[in-house]
Amino acid sequence: MKEGRPRSFYVLAIFFAAYVLFLYGPMIAIYVLSFQGPQGGLTFPMNGVSTYWLTKLFQGTGIVDLGAAFRRSLLLGVIVMAVTVVLSVAAGMAFRRKFRAQSILFYSAIASLIVPSIITSLGISLEFRIVDDLIKAHWNENFETSMGLLTSGLGAHLTWTLPFGLLIMFAIFNRFDPRLEEAARDLGATPWQAFRHVVLPIILPSVIGIGLFGFTLSWDELARSSQAIGAVNTLPLDLQGLTTTVTNPDIYALGTIISAVSFAVITLALGTIHTLNRRQAAKGSDAGKGLV
Amino acid sequence: MDTSEDILQQRSPDLVRGSETARPAKAARLSPSFISWLQAGPMMLVFLAFFLIPLVFVVIVSFWDYNEYQLLPAFSGRGYTDTFEGCIAQLPDLCTIAKTYLKTLKLCFLVWAITLFIGFWVAYFLAFHVKSKTWQMGLSLLCTIPFWTSNVIRMIAWIPLLGRNGLVNSGLMKTGLINQPVEWLLFSEFSVVLALVHLFTFFMVVPIFNSMIRIDKSLIEAAYDAGATGFQTLVNVIIPLAKPGIVIGSIFVITIVMGDFITIGVMGGQQIAAAGKIIETRVNALQFPAAAANAVILLVITFLIITMMSRIVDIKKEL
Repeated sequence: MKEGRPRSFYVLAIFFAAYVLFLYGPMIAIYVLSFQGPQGGLTFPMNGVSTYWLTKLFQGTGIVDLGAAFRRSLLLGVIVMAVTVVLSVAAGMAFRRKFRAQSILFYSAIASLIVPSIITSLGISLEFRIVDDLIKAHWNENFETSMGLLTSGLGAHLTWTLPFGLLIMFAIFNRFDPRLEEAARDLGATPWQAFRHVVLPIILPSVIGIGLFGFTLSWDELARSSQAIGAVNTLPLDLQGLTTTVTNPDIYALGTIISAVSFAVITLALGTIHTLNRRQAAKGSDAGKGLV
Repeated sequence: MDTSEDILQQRSPDLVRGSETARPAKAARLSPSFISWLQAGPMMLVFLAFFLIPLVFVVIVSFWDYNEYQLLPAFSGRGYTDTFEGCIAQLPDLCTIAKTYLKTLKLCFLVWAITLFIGFWVAYFLAFHVKSKTWQMGLSLLCTIPFWTSNVIRMIAWIPLLGRNGLVNSGLMKTGLINQPVEWLLFSEFSVVLALVHLFTFFMVVPIFNSMIRIDKSLIEAAYDAGATGFQTLVNVIIPLAKPGIVIGSIFVITIVMGDFITIGVMGGQQIAAAGKIIETRVNALQFPAAAANAVILLVITFLIITMMSRIVDIKKEL
């Protein structure tokens, strides 16, 4: 197999490299620009190097109440991640058998993925408004609103993350060998034990992948939050609000901080997946150990 | 199924003899279909509460009446008549909504064509030219990581490059190609298309790559052996077999662009009208029925596009 690579390889390799540069180049530009000197502007060249804009954000003297929005987004992201993982794994298990309403759930997930976000968002906001009006009319006149970060906001984010979770589960079980589970059962495992000690350890790397999708998609979510989040803002909404008004590198500093969280989570998740895969490769599956 | 589940209950070897002995132990046995419901139910409930019912509300509210500050739950076609205002009176000129949809479709087509081209060749490179699995993983990951970072940041990222004093303009000025900064680089249709391509080519790469990776390599060798040129193999073997991925990717990109209002807003300097943008504007003006009516129109058009495309391929079979 030592024939030289065809010319198309080099052409496409350059094309691919250009695409990667196109993907990352602009992002790197703003990370660099967030270290502008105090006199620096929105564009190159750099006017000195400092952490002025980054520290300014943390001092809260900047344009938004970064701390509160940061905590809100983090809280929502973690909850969305947890719910996405649990519901996706459970539903993924269900899809290994035939059950009624299977195709309804499948098409709901696909539709939720491709119906434009603004429509879902508007629908959720209408739903909550109407519920609010009903409560005000029939039960409590002073009731304010049921809309909020962890009600309508959480729901809106889940309509975006769950389809990804479910599709990842399909991909996992497409190449999952059901004989492993049957073997566990033949050895006397209860369905829960078979899941806990055989299935889960094998699919765990991909489950962490689902968590990664759950958190990052929520952390950066914008279109679905826009109408459905209620009175408070998440970090991306604040950032979007800034795009029309800001004239100094605050906005890049905020962007850099949001990205830093994303990259930390990505690194953590990928690192864990890598470690788990290596452990699986080295020791085989440790499935069943807990039973003995 | 039954026998294996019976055996599950038999922890002690003495019980293996007869299934009758094991049965009483599992008095509270759950039927498989009930377990499926337990497993899939919570997700179904989330979609019901936060997707399906909200869609029904969008349709209902689109037929409600409204005044300056509130919804009036009484049947009215005002949401629609307001939306299509002047569409007949102004003929043969196009009314606002028709113009807006034409512009959205144009953006959509541009973005679709460009993402398809880039996505196809990126996927092709990854699937056919990168031979080592490790490299394939690593490079796919490289394409995926930006997807896990914020869209708004990836939009803002173009400002220092394309702005009036941005890198592109100052570079062009230095080389003497232009004397004045080019204005159409940022907050224009150009920057909107650029940003949409930047953000969403990923949605093309993944499904096309998935289709391509499943293509049996011996088919391609067979084509070469039968005397096909590289181009003929591409057109007659690879493209037809990658079609499901191409269609799924296209559905993603088209639906995203049809409903987009954020990229078009931020990169268009809030000056470009689009289908999603109308909805946002109406909501901001608290004209919910009109917003809902626009959402219904957008939904119908998106649905038509998807039905047309899914005629070409059975989505369920491909996942």
